[in-house]
Amino acid sequence: MSAEVLRAPGSTPGQWFVRAVLRNGPLGGLIALVVVMAVLSRDFLNGQNLLNVGVQASVTAILAFGVTFVIVSAGIDLSVGSVAALSATVVAWAATKEGLPVWVAVLLGLAVGAVAGLLSGALVAYGRLPAFIATLAMLSVGRGLALVISGGSPIAFPSSVSRLGDTLGGWLPVPVLVMIAAGLVAALVLARTYTGRAMFAIGGNEEAARLSGIDVKKRKLVVYALSGLFAAVAGIVLAARLTSAQPQAAVGYELDAIAAVVIGGASLSGGSGKASGTLIGALILAVLRNGLNLLSVSAFWQQVATGLVIALAVLLDTLRRRSAR
Amino acid sequence: MTGVNDDVPAGGRELLRVEGVTKSFPGVRALDGVDLALRAGEVHVLLGENGAGKSTLIKMLAGAHRPDEGRLVVDGAEVTVRSAQDAERLGIATIHQEFNLVPGLTVAENIFLGRQPRTALGLVDRRAMRARAAELLARVRLGVSPAAPVAGLGIAQLQMVEIAKALSLDARVLIMDEPTAVLTSEEVATLFGIVRELRADGVGVIFITHHLEEIAALGDRVTVLRDGRSVAEVPATTPEDDLIRLMVGRDIAEQYPRRAPEEPGAPLLRVRGLGRRSGRGGGRPVFADIGFEVRAGEVVGLAGLVGAGRTEVARALFGVDRYDTGTVEVDGRELAPGDVRAAMRAGLGLVPEDRKSQGLLLDAPLRDNLTLARLDQDTRGGLVDRRAQRRAAAEVAGRLKVRMSGLEQPARTLSGGNQQKIVIGKWLLAGARLLILDEPTRGVDVGAKVEIYQLVNELTAAGCAVLMISSDLPEVLGMSDRVLVMAQGRLVGELAGEEATQDAVMELAVRSAGGVENESAMEGSDVG
Repeated sequence: MSAEVLRAPGSTPGQWFVRAVLRNGPLGGLIALVVVMAVLSRDFLNGQNLLNVGVQASVTAILAFGVTFVIVSAGIDLSVGSVAALSATVVAWAATKEGLPVWVAVLLGLAVGAVAGLLSGALVAYGRLPAFIATLAMLSVGRGLALVISGGSPIAFPSSVSRLGDTLGGWLPVPVLVMIAAGLVAALVLARTYTGRAMFAIGGNEEAARLSGIDVKKRKLVVYALSGLFAAVAGIVLAARLTSAQPQAAVGYELDAIAAVVIGGASLSGGSGKASGTLIGALILAVLRNGLNLLSVSAFWQQVATGLVIALAVLLDTLRRRSAR
Repeated sequence: MTGVNDDVPAGGRELLRVEGVTKSFPGVRALDGVDLALRAGEVHVLLGENGAGKSTLIKMLAGAHRPDEGRLVVDGAEVTVRSAQDAERLGIATIHQEFNLVPGLTVAENIFLGRQPRTALGLVDRRAMRARAAELLARVRLGVSPAAPVAGLGIAQLQMVEIAKALSLDARVLIMDEPTAVLTSEEVATLFGIVRELRADGVGVIFITHHLEEIAALGDRVTVLRDGRSVAEVPATTPEDDLIRLMVGRDIAEQYPRRAPEEPGAPLLRVRGLGRRSGRGGGRPVFADIGFEVRAGEVVGLAGLVGAGRTEVARALFGVDRYDTGTVEVDGRELAPGDVRAAMRAGLGLVPEDRKSQGLLLDAPLRDNLTLARLDQDTRGGLVDRRAQRRAAAEVAGRLKVRMSGLEQPARTLSGGNQQKIVIGKWLLAGARLLILDEPTRGVDVGAKVEIYQLVNELTAAGCAVLMISSDLPEVLGMSDRVLVMAQGRLVGELAGEEATQDAVMELAVRSAGGVENESAMEGSDVG
């Protein structure tokens, strides 16, 4: 097959394009989408707009990096949107209402995220609940606690933390930098750490992993805790952009995060996934929304388009894998 | 019984012909010019060692694989079987070793799965379905209600349901893959009765078995496969010795190249009074009072019928499952029960009986599979040394002569023998000194088998030890220095040297099983 692709000059640009997309999977899809948007909208390829796309992708991407860990190990985490809101609320409550030093408040928020993930992980690993159910429960609990702590109304975010939502030097958005940092950490965890390699083993074949000396239960705790921690970071970045922690923020974001992971080429049955793929998945979703906004497509139709792109992306990826066999 | 016509030569018209069929998978040529002809009203035995190509051939007839070369002819016309539906349309039904039944549905629903009779309104006509199912069940002499859920049936009953399903399809060609492997002798007799009736009705049966004594009892003709080739077609009355020679194609002596060290070393593993009950205390004993020793340099075989508790003991030793009583010592130090990591640190390694579901990350690269059990050792300062892993994996893959395109190849695409080498290689890389091999050559081709045996020799020569569980009697006898026999969860004997013969092992295994004459559950009691 690869020999045929090398002979591509003989074919039409259209065929070459389709092949390039098929061969490069998610990245090809992203490039194709960018090209389409650039052709359709004059404003799309402007530097400021591209940075906007980055900002729009950032929260989804950070959430999705955490969810990547879970999906690679053949689990699922539905709670990340709620946990993000809970963590942000805890930071705002601790700093603004209780007057704790800002760094203590931030650490507390991160800890709450990690503990929420740890609890989900404990339900999955030791309680033997299906991950879907355990994290669905945490979705509800997290959201509820955020509402309880905040009394249902937004709390102002400490201004020093809100800088996370600003720009550096007046143009470089900090959320994009946080997204890149989180992505690098996720890539390192997946490729180079014991827990990361264990994720692939557990997701690939849990029984074989156990019989090869991987402490599956402990690793699952770590996996869900990491997911919660990344959710907390995402929640803080989101609240910083909005300059307030809102208990009703990030509703439904878990689905965007899962979509980003899957568009990025991970399999829901576990054992495969990459941080770079997840980043591309989040960017695809953001480019699509941004582009459709520029084209003044109604928000209602945007939902339809997003659904189609998710289906198409995964379909293409499946085709690509099948042809590679 | 109407079909007892063993003496009448089967001579119906030809139903099915396989001509010069070839099929290759990455790294292995599974079939290489296979011929087979099946006539109406005959039982045609397909004989061959594991890996000889039997499964590939019947999967081809069932529509799971397509031939690279050669033709399939049904009723004189060349056909292509692309799917299970194609096979069904041609009247070919296959009963695989793993049943295709849905546990949650009833017997009748399983028999007519996807083909339920409908009422005029298009709803499932339950009454008609149950009535027809009842007829079919009567034909296979299965005394269960069509409305009974399949989940509650025993293995022999499941098999009969599969046969009823095949009958409901009006199959003219019935392929049965080792149907007797899991049946008691009484159930085997019933099965034979049914097969004879089908034969009398003009059905052509392709029958796969490892039990040579069944060939003369049931078969008409035998096609022998060896290393993917059909090497002979002989009458079922051919003497067993000749069949073995055809199957193995060489002296059996060199098939098991065991070289025991002169004098075994110090005890590596000592098991005392090991026992376990099912459920949480007070259940039926799974195994009891197990005590034995394995010394450095030794190969100790663990023989017994399927279900005697051998795998359960192995899993308990390795810390996969708990045990209630007794101790396991390695190098004189007691192992913590139920702790795989402790067992690994002490130098144990388990090559499980089902490598696909328990041994391999099928879709992961070989590199990850080989280094899985030494992930701890390769982690320094929280980071895994991937370069060291790659080096180690390349070294061991070379040493085991794994036939692969590279270390990035997914494990799924290797042949059975090479997959097994990967699982063994994983434990060599983890530094295991006592390997527990559970059915080490199941589904492994002849060549790779001998390579695995040679590896066992190398390991024991280097001071390691092997505990080998195998239902393949010639293998246990050929490769072990001592043979322990288990029956019904207990050790019932130990045989060494001259006294370790098939008869002696079977005697212990069957007699101690308390009169359950379950000889047929022991595979390979035929060879040699």
